Amino acid sequence: MSLFKNISLRDKERKPGRFAPDAKFRHADPDTQLEVRGLNLSIDGQKILKDVSVRIPKNKITCIIGPSGCGKSTLLKSLNRLTDSIEHVQISGSIMLGNKDIVRSGATEITEIRRRIGLVPQKPCPLPMSIFDNIAYGCRIHGIRGRRRLYAVVKHYLSEVGLWEEVKGRLREPATRLSIGQQQRLCLARSLAVEPEYILADEATSALDPVSSKTVEDLFVKLKENYSIVMVTHTLRQALRIADHVIFIYMGGIVETGDAQQVFHNPQNELTRNYLSGVFS
Amino acid sequence: MRSKYIEEIIIKGLMIISLLTVFGFVAAIVWTIFHRGWSCITWEMVSSLPGGGFYIGKEGGFLNAIVGSLYIVLASTLLGLIISIPVVFYLNVFLKKDSRFAYVARLAYDVLFGIPSIVYGAFAFTLMIYMGWRTSLAGGILVTTLLIVPIMIRSMDEVAKNFPRELLDASYSLGATRLETIGIMLRQIAPGIATATLLSVGRAIGDAAGVMFTAGFSDSIPTSLTQPAATLPLSIFFQLSAPQAEVQNRAYAAAVVLTIIVLVISLSSRFIMKKFSKNKV
Repeated sequence: MSLFKNISLRDKERKPGRFAPDAKFRHADPDTQLEVRGLNLSIDGQKILKDVSVRIPKNKITCIIGPSGCGKSTLLKSLNRLTDSIEHVQISGSIMLGNKDIVRSGATEITEIRRRIGLVPQKPCPLPMSIFDNIAYGCRIHGIRGRRRLYAVVKHYLSEVGLWEEVKGRLREPATRLSIGQQQRLCLARSLAVEPEYILADEATSALDPVSSKTVEDLFVKLKENYSIVMVTHTLRQALRIADHVIFIYMGGIVETGDAQQVFHNPQNELTRNYLSGVFS
Repeated sequence: MRSKYIEEIIIKGLMIISLLTVFGFVAAIVWTIFHRGWSCITWEMVSSLPGGGFYIGKEGGFLNAIVGSLYIVLASTLLGLIISIPVVFYLNVFLKKDSRFAYVARLAYDVLFGIPSIVYGAFAFTLMIYMGWRTSLAGGILVTTLLIVPIMIRSMDEVAKNFPRELLDASYSLGATRLETIGIMLRQIAPGIATATLLSVGRAIGDAAGVMFTAGFSDSIPTSLTQPAATLPLSIFFQLSAPQAEVQNRAYAAAVVLTIIVLVISLSSRFIMKKFSKNKV
């Protein structure tokens, strides 16, 4: 049974290590592009994003940088329509995932879009259930059943984020008993378990200690082989370390976007130069 | 510095006095009930129906009132939960935080919360006359359900309002619908549901005014919903109204039984909910 309609299964194009055994998720065309076109977003009449147009490159880490309150997180959340829960929000423009416009998608399409564009939250927030169920939850809601199949999925994704060896003996324990760093890796594994194409990370390491932060960073670098990662970060040094592509936002508009090396070492815009040199933050 | 230290000691002292006052009241009530009632309790009293002249000091017991109270409390609690839980989820998952409808609904439940049970009794009595019902177990269940639904909704709603927004986003970003997300909320607010149930059971089992009009009173155990039912609070009231000291002491024995029932229900529901909420975030 096809769980995800209009999506073709192309096993030959799967890269090794990405998919869990027996997960039976069906995958989109690997060339599907995520592109924002002329996006405007206002909350309570106040413009948060102004005519944002940007293309998210595949299999790269895209870092969204900019000063506090410039609209980085709003842009990220609008990519999988988590902005829906914000009161008095108005959106115009389009966000294209392949030929689907996320902005104009109906309630039934949006659940599928959210599966394809996963989110790793700022603060680790395990669901109020066991470690095993945290990973299996997403699979269950998409119709994957059977203990053996779910166990294989859980094992695969916990291994993918380097957590399997640490938790394999206590899968039935509440996820809240894990350390903060482990919880964030669990959240990442939970997102990966529904096999998204894009991973959105909203300052995913800001609540972590330096060691856990480094572990998550390394994971993102490893995962970009198979996923496209869009990351909001407040730490320029982190962006310098891991970004392949950079989007610099200021006052809700994109000031500069491009290859990380170029933006960091040869910025074309005066505002970008000032931001990078710490004139404002 | 010294004055601040003295200030803290005084405030702390006042807090301890308040705490001891409340504890003292509880202890005094329990002592009075148990002191006068415990010595009068016999197996016959809790296992037999009132015989002729029971209320003037002759043989019999108040099993009719124990069973009647349990019937009404258990049925109305079940009905109350069936009505209240969907209301709470609708207010907190399906409506936005600043929804005008949610505001009006909460205001209405607050008003209903404050209405005395005698008014509910009078209302239900009018309704029963209109529908051609006689005083019956069904009438008692109806009025008690009406009485406890606002208590349940407002108590659960206060807990649900503080449900972490991140957990909702975490569930949505895996592609869950709002209906599926309710499962997450249910696990998280389970202790709130337990507290609401306990408050409601306490109110339902102790209420005499509402059931006086609707459930009536009977010396036998009802075998159908259309038969009148005795309740413990009314049994206590009738026995306390008697001039004989022996009958009055039996009222205290009934109060002991009432207190023990509340205690057993409280402890068991806390135990059950603790099992359910072990994964709470």
